[in-house]
Amino acid sequence: MSAYYWSILNGALLTVAVSLAALAVAIVLGLMGAAAKISGNTPLVALATVYTTIIRGIPELVLMLLVFYGGSIGINNLLELSGTGITLDIEPFSAGVLTLGFIYGAYMTETFRGAILSIPRGQFEAAAAFGMGPVQAFVRITLPQLVRYALPGFTNNWLVLIKATALISLIGLQEMTYLAKQASAATRSPFAFFLFTAALFLLYTWASLAVLRRLNARYSMGAQRGDL
Amino acid sequence: MDWEVIYRPESLAMYGEGVMTTVWLLLSSLGIGGLLALLFALALTGPWKWLQRIVGAYTFVIRGTPLLIQIYMIYYGLGQLEWIQARWDDSWPWTHFKEAAFCALLAFSLNTAGYTAEMLAGAIRETNAGEIESAQAFGMSRFGVMLRIVLPSALRRTLPAYSNEVVMMLHSTSLASAVPGLLDITAAASRIYSDFYLPFEAYLAAAALYLIGTFCLIGVFKLAERHFLAHMAPRRH
Repeated sequence: MSAYYWSILNGALLTVAVSLAALAVAIVLGLMGAAAKISGNTPLVALATVYTTIIRGIPELVLMLLVFYGGSIGINNLLELSGTGITLDIEPFSAGVLTLGFIYGAYMTETFRGAILSIPRGQFEAAAAFGMGPVQAFVRITLPQLVRYALPGFTNNWLVLIKATALISLIGLQEMTYLAKQASAATRSPFAFFLFTAALFLLYTWASLAVLRRLNARYSMGAQRGDL
Repeated sequence: MDWEVIYRPESLAMYGEGVMTTVWLLLSSLGIGGLLALLFALALTGPWKWLQRIVGAYTFVIRGTPLLIQIYMIYYGLGQLEWIQARWDDSWPWTHFKEAAFCALLAFSLNTAGYTAEMLAGAIRETNAGEIESAQAFGMSRFGVMLRIVLPSALRRTLPAYSNEVVMMLHSTSLASAVPGLLDITAAASRIYSDFYLPFEAYLAAAALYLIGTFCLIGVFKLAERHFLAHMAPRRH
């Protein structure tokens, strides 16, 4: 019996790994999407708008199945056309990370865009007046404030992403949900394993909330708040 | 790409059945979940501390765990309890725990109730203190204030956030395909994929159906907001 609990705990590591990897992809895509939307360049804005609109209109599970089953066939067809004779399999881990990253990149785009728009324009002008280049201005002026303004939305997206990792079990990744389902089928005492997994998820979300709250306090230092 | 398979009458019928199941699951879970959410929100903002704690713990657990686990817990968990299995042959309501549709519907309703209750409770708490004071000055009872002043305005103010929840719920119904025996849009696509080995076409068609559904829901909520939140719209003249 306890062997099943250990294997679920092991699967929890995979859940953490997959969620952090997907988060990294989502942050990169989100920053690129936000930059595209703010750029004012018509094709870029249109591309980013199509990305965020379509991705947010389709269920995560359908996109995941599309990438996992469709992606490997598509890639292998392309490889066949190129005549190299190599075949490539998309395993559940990378399919899950790429799909979740791609989906939450769309949500992050909106969060980051809103955060950048919240920074007063005068600050960019002041940075330019001080002789900072675009990179320097981004690192010194935009980024610290972007973190502050984006954190509430970022926190929400992150919590939803953590819970979405359970879906990757449906394409065969052996993370905790998958293992809990297997353990329940094997032992015919399903409640315990699902409760255990649910508790681990609660622990994960609770711990990330604690970390993000501290981060929020750090980045809001010196920010003035009105008394309501 | 081989779209011919998708246009075959059998495939279209399968998708049609999927759409019916998805719409049915969505509307029923929103109905049941909405009713529960209203009760939970009243409990969360009500005078009884112990009730607040219980409902607060409920929404914390529901919002902190994946919906898929909640579905498993009801379908594979509750359905395996001997206590329920001893009753599910003859005594209502336990007879329903044999049905996949009932288990999915129960999980979806409980899930959306948790999220909606917190939204609604937030709106109730944010009701303008002056409105409540003047209602009390008119001699309205606690119940009267709730029914005539707080709820009509709080329900309206929840509308924009609720539209997000409804779209999320439409997407969540795709998890019904994880329960054997339910043919929603995603399950229909999976069946067509496994019959013809055409994942792109099968899942893209499902994605298009969900996209249409999302846009319809957003449109309906835009109209509803224009009607119910007209007093908060920017002036147009």
